[in-house]
Amino acid sequence: MHKVWIIIRKEWSEVFRNRLVLFSVAFLPLILTALPLAILAGLGGASAGDVIAASDMPESFTQLCGALSAGDCGAYFLVSEFMLLFMLLPLAIPVTIASYSIVGEKITRTLEPLLATPVTTVQLLGGKSAAAVIPGILMTWAAFGVFSIGVRLLATPQVAARLRDPMWLLAIFIVGPLLALAAVSIAVMVSSRTSDPRVAEQVSMLVMLPLFMVLVGQVTGLILLNAQLVLYIAGGLTVVDIGLMAFAINLFQRETILTRWR
Amino acid sequence: MIETHELTRRFGDVLAVDRLTLTVHPGEIFGFLGPNGAGKTTTIRMLAALIEPTSGQATVAGYRIGKDDNRLRAKVGFLTETPGLYDRLSAEANLAYFAHLYGVADVPGRVEHYLRWLGLWDQRYEPAGTLSKGMRQKLAIARALLHDPPIVFLDEPTSALDPEAAHLVRDFIAGLRAEGRTIILCTHNLDEADRLCDRVAVFKHRLLALDAPATLRSQLFGRTIVFHLGQADPGHVAVLERFPFVTSARMVDGRLLATVQHPEVENPTLVKALIEAGAEVQFVGELRQSLEDVYLRLVRTNGEGDVGAKHPSTAR
Repeated sequence: MHKVWIIIRKEWSEVFRNRLVLFSVAFLPLILTALPLAILAGLGGASAGDVIAASDMPESFTQLCGALSAGDCGAYFLVSEFMLLFMLLPLAIPVTIASYSIVGEKITRTLEPLLATPVTTVQLLGGKSAAAVIPGILMTWAAFGVFSIGVRLLATPQVAARLRDPMWLLAIFIVGPLLALAAVSIAVMVSSRTSDPRVAEQVSMLVMLPLFMVLVGQVTGLILLNAQLVLYIAGGLTVVDIGLMAFAINLFQRETILTRWR
Repeated sequence: MIETHELTRRFGDVLAVDRLTLTVHPGEIFGFLGPNGAGKTTTIRMLAALIEPTSGQATVAGYRIGKDDNRLRAKVGFLTETPGLYDRLSAEANLAYFAHLYGVADVPGRVEHYLRWLGLWDQRYEPAGTLSKGMRQKLAIARALLHDPPIVFLDEPTSALDPEAAHLVRDFIAGLRAEGRTIILCTHNLDEADRLCDRVAVFKHRLLALDAPATLRSQLFGRTIVFHLGQADPGHVAVLERFPFVTSARMVDGRLLATVQHPEVENPTLVKALIEAGAEVQFVGELRQSLEDVYLRLVRTNGEGDVGAKHPSTAR
């Protein structure tokens, strides 16, 4: 059995026995899926768009609506704001898991016996990072699936069809995992310098700041998210991720961790 | 099995290990003795390829540290000072995880073997966090042995154990020697080291002494012979002091004590002299110095005048 997979299995079997982590992993997707659908339903489902007047939306956004009716455009605006929140999920879940799984080794004093095994640093970090990233991505995709079904049931087919727009598919299936990788790499880096999982978690959450800027920009009309921009973001994130991972591996020196983690 | 040459480790300005040169032979139990902060754990961490030396070299199981670290790690078992178990995982899952990481062929079989051997089979499904200290320590020892390593580093294996559990662990360590494994034992328990170790290294950043416990006792203190006499007479001290091979003689609690190097050869001469001087020799025995006496003398003098210590560069 490959050592990375051995580490992933062990991480999952241990991390998901931690009720706090389990709660954190389950709670956010549940809220971010249920809340938008509840708002959509509360505003009248298919006629929700009628509540939002064209003047309430950034002018640039109305260009995105194209052939959609004014009501559908309003509903799409509402849905697209929530869609951005789905990009928070692959950040929040992996950071919670990574912070506990890596710093947790220090707290339980299991790191030294682990480092005494013939496991390379890349295998160790690869396993721990994957164990953190995979549940986050899968939960995000599952939540997106449920949200899509909900939108299909509550909004018009035209609005629901917009969720299959390449821009959103890129954002959910490419940018989301890339953001998750960035967050975990930062969690690994911070973990090699702290022995408190909360510090690792909080610092790693800083990755969310640019995302919030995009969110605010979209709402205020300063930024118009389109497929081209999402593609640029994905490209930029790929470069950032490679750099962050290399830096994290470099920082995660066995010796440094054994002698500094006190 | 283990050879070090001028092995040195610094942490900033702090010299943790200073030019350590020694050889550990296959199949022996080798004790590392020294006060807290003496560099014992740093040394075994270097030998287990966990941290790198600042200078010097070491070969462990045929692999140079810093060159073939992953292969070296596969050849050594390492029991850390604290058990370091995954508390939420069962005893069985803890061992299985490490067995997989070490690439053990028959993981379930090997895990069962050790759980049964150490009397933990009935607790195999219990989370490690719920086990007693003794059980946790036994589980940690099993973890260090899962991959059948020829060299085992044991850092304080009986600390924090009750006497019964400590006894069991000591028997277990003796059993490992019988299997032909090389054991490096770091301990503060000098009685344990005396009973288990073939050779001990007294260490305080640098090697102060290295030899078999009995040899160190003899070299440091000589061998003290106790003569039980029918009637104590201080004049008998002078009878023994005539002999050049008697390094000291004194009366203690009505008994005559003499320090010599080779009692098997010299005792008949001393007994004969005492009888000729009119003493009634009832019984002759040897006063055994403890390893603790050896240790305290070496450590307190920090190596100055360390009688019996072989020069580090020639310690074999």
